[in-house]
Amino acid sequence: MSQKILMKGNEAVAEAAIRAGCRLYFAYPITPQSELIEYMAKMMPKVNGTFLQAESEVSAINMVYGAAGCGKRVMTSSSSPGISLKMEGISYLAGAELPSVIINVQRGGPGLGDIQPAQGDYFQATKGGGHGDYRLIVLAPNSVQEFADMASEAFDLADKYRNPVMILSDGLLGQMMEPVSFKESKTDEEIEELGKQHYEWCMHPNTGYTERHHNEINSLEIDPNVLEQHVLELEKKYKLIEQNEIKYEEYKVSDDNEILCVAFGISSRVVKSAINELEKEGHSIGLVRPITVWPYPYEAIAKAIGPKVKKVIVFELNLGQMVEDVRLAVNGKVPVDFMGKVGGIVFTPAEVKEKIEESL
Amino acid sequence: MTYEMICSGFGGQGVLTIGRFLAQSGMKEGKNVSWLPSYGPEMRGGTANVSVVISDEEIASPVVSNPNVVVALNQPSLDKFGPPTRKGGVIFVNTDMCPKKIVVEGVDIVYAPMSQMANDIGSPMVLNMLAIGMIIGKTGMVKYETLEEDLTSYMAGRNPDLLKMNLAAIKKGMEVANQ
Amino acid sequence: MEIVAQRPKSLRDVQFTYCPGCLHGVAHRLIAETMDEYGIRDNTMGIAPVGCSVFAYKFFDCDMAQAAHGRAPAVATGMKRARPDMVVFAYQGDGDLAAIGTAEIVHAANRGENITVFFVNNAIYGMTGGQMAPTTLPNMKTTTSPYGRDVNDIGYPIRVSELLNTLEAPYYIERVSLLSVPDTIKAKQAVKKALKYNIEGKGFTFVEFISTCPTNWGIDPNKSKDWAKENMLPYFKLGCFRDKEKDNGGK
Repeated sequence: MSQKILMKGNEAVAEAAIRAGCRLYFAYPITPQSELIEYMAKMMPKVNGTFLQAESEVSAINMVYGAAGCGKRVMTSSSSPGISLKMEGISYLAGAELPSVIINVQRGGPGLGDIQPAQGDYFQATKGGGHGDYRLIVLAPNSVQEFADMASEAFDLADKYRNPVMILSDGLLGQMMEPVSFKESKTDEEIEELGKQHYEWCMHPNTGYTERHHNEINSLEIDPNVLEQHVLELEKKYKLIEQNEIKYEEYKVSDDNEILCVAFGISSRVVKSAINELEKEGHSIGLVRPITVWPYPYEAIAKAIGPKVKKVIVFELNLGQMVEDVRLAVNGKVPVDFMGKVGGIVFTPAEVKEKIEESL
Repeated sequence: MTYEMICSGFGGQGVLTIGRFLAQSGMKEGKNVSWLPSYGPEMRGGTANVSVVISDEEIASPVVSNPNVVVALNQPSLDKFGPPTRKGGVIFVNTDMCPKKIVVEGVDIVYAPMSQMANDIGSPMVLNMLAIGMIIGKTGMVKYETLEEDLTSYMAGRNPDLLKMNLAAIKKGMEVANQ
Repeated sequence: MEIVAQRPKSLRDVQFTYCPGCLHGVAHRLIAETMDEYGIRDNTMGIAPVGCSVFAYKFFDCDMAQAAHGRAPAVATGMKRARPDMVVFAYQGDGDLAAIGTAEIVHAANRGENITVFFVNNAIYGMTGGQMAPTTLPNMKTTTSPYGRDVNDIGYPIRVSELLNTLEAPYYIERVSLLSVPDTIKAKQAVKKALKYNIEGKGFTFVEFISTCPTNWGIDPNKSKDWAKENMLPYFKLGCFRDKEKDNGGK
């Protein structure tokens, strides 16, 4: 790990992606992710990589489709309205099983909304967004360091499962600076090898390699029986991901907990502050933070409900999206309460503390 | 110790820079830091503010609701961020742009004509360094030496005169804060 | 026994899904023959569009990608940038390229992407059953212009080659037809030029084929060629709009 640098989340994730072997990046400018595209514009030429400012988010995601079809580590990024435009392409990426990384630096919606931080794209990211039965692996960072670390994690997961992976961040994490340290950069040889692991299915020259191939990058199966098989195969893969890749953090979870909180991304940081304040006043409050929001840690949340827990409270920067998953996890064991904030406004530790105090 | 600071003023007064240099120096001293700017259309001309946390502990929320250090470079900033300041905290007020005084229980308030003082040192642009000097002089948030080292590596090659002026402004700020 | 004609190696031994009399097969063959002649089959990636030629990924014997409707030039861009060592071509119809994919084709051409786009213009949507295309002729009846294309309501047919010719970057733009044997021989020359420039890394090359749709026009194959000659060629004039090699005086 390198020495720590004070960096914005948007820049840190871009640097980490380059170090993880991303040499192709296609995107369209949008606030509050502009530092990301600008960092890529500056740094990609220095590693002989491709930076291309596409004519639209639609084109950018289809450029990702083309490059991913060649087995290369490729990334795009945007913010909420732009991610909506990418949804067509994301469905195709999932259907054609193309490893790729998409970053969403969320802002307030719906429509043009505003440019302040929000978590209103949770449903879109975890429940679909594009058409058809498919799943994205969705990682939700809560610090600049974790945002950066998730770049290489996202590429590894994408390669492992031949599936698009989304990092679900927000304007606050994108704009905030925190100290960050980076992993060693992958060498050109290592990047070449990463690409070759996909030669069985991806597009690449016939010359100079193994036997002649005709590989197809495709999401079309006109025969219903064939499509059924394809979708069932995808489902098997998703089950495997659910078995292997669920990640979450427990913060001050114990048998003494009076309340259990659930929050993801930047919200979890604010909740932690409130929990610390309440601890000073003699209260025991726990927090479960889903790190993967798909696959979702249902069991972990159920298990974290201690004997004295009166209530589970969910905190999100939306009007109640993840809370539906928490209700599934809690399954009626205790009441589930919710506090949301919208419009691009982030709740303060004081507001979160007050909400928890209502139930003490 | 945990410093939760909000610096606020008009866009262009350098509040983001105040936060950035303090966070950077905090990091170099091995502390946990976060720097959270307001961003968007208000970046130019309107009100800009930055929340900085410098702590020996892991930083939970980078969003500060009750700061223990506030820098108010204009009146709207003082009105907004002054009242929620914690007991035992300190507010630095630029009297050149804050005509009204403030009373917050248990909070130390330091008044100084910061715009005028910056002009006297040589440029309105060193207002931010003057503020940094006042903050570290009063609170010990970071060491002067760390800042000097950081500024020197950042500026020495490019503009030695400006570096000198900046360091003078920090020292002046430290002096004022301890009067 | 002497072989006088056979399937090009660059076409796979798969039955075409096209209607009787459709000219997609001819266009495919011209491209495949050229790939054989240049020996690029092992080093080429193609893109199938959405439209009648959606299954082109099964027909060409090289690596193929199937793209979302209209997005082939963006997909081609991603492929070429990822694999500059390979030849990339996209194959698109008029609905795909000139309606839903207008932004993608204009910007890929404007960047001078080192790809070749083959554009088949038959003035109608074939696969979805004969709806109006951006290239449908004035007063021409389709299932979505049952009273004939009203240019006052929906505008005039788009001349894509001319449109792209307003851009600086493209290296080669030519409109050819598949409506007669001599025209088809000329079309082959255009395909050869386009792929030659592509292989040489010259930049963006574009060939528009004027073609037919006997099924959806409701005209038998031979008569549909005559119909196209009479009606399409006066509006979509054949010819080379851009050849930078020529403009540069040979090399």
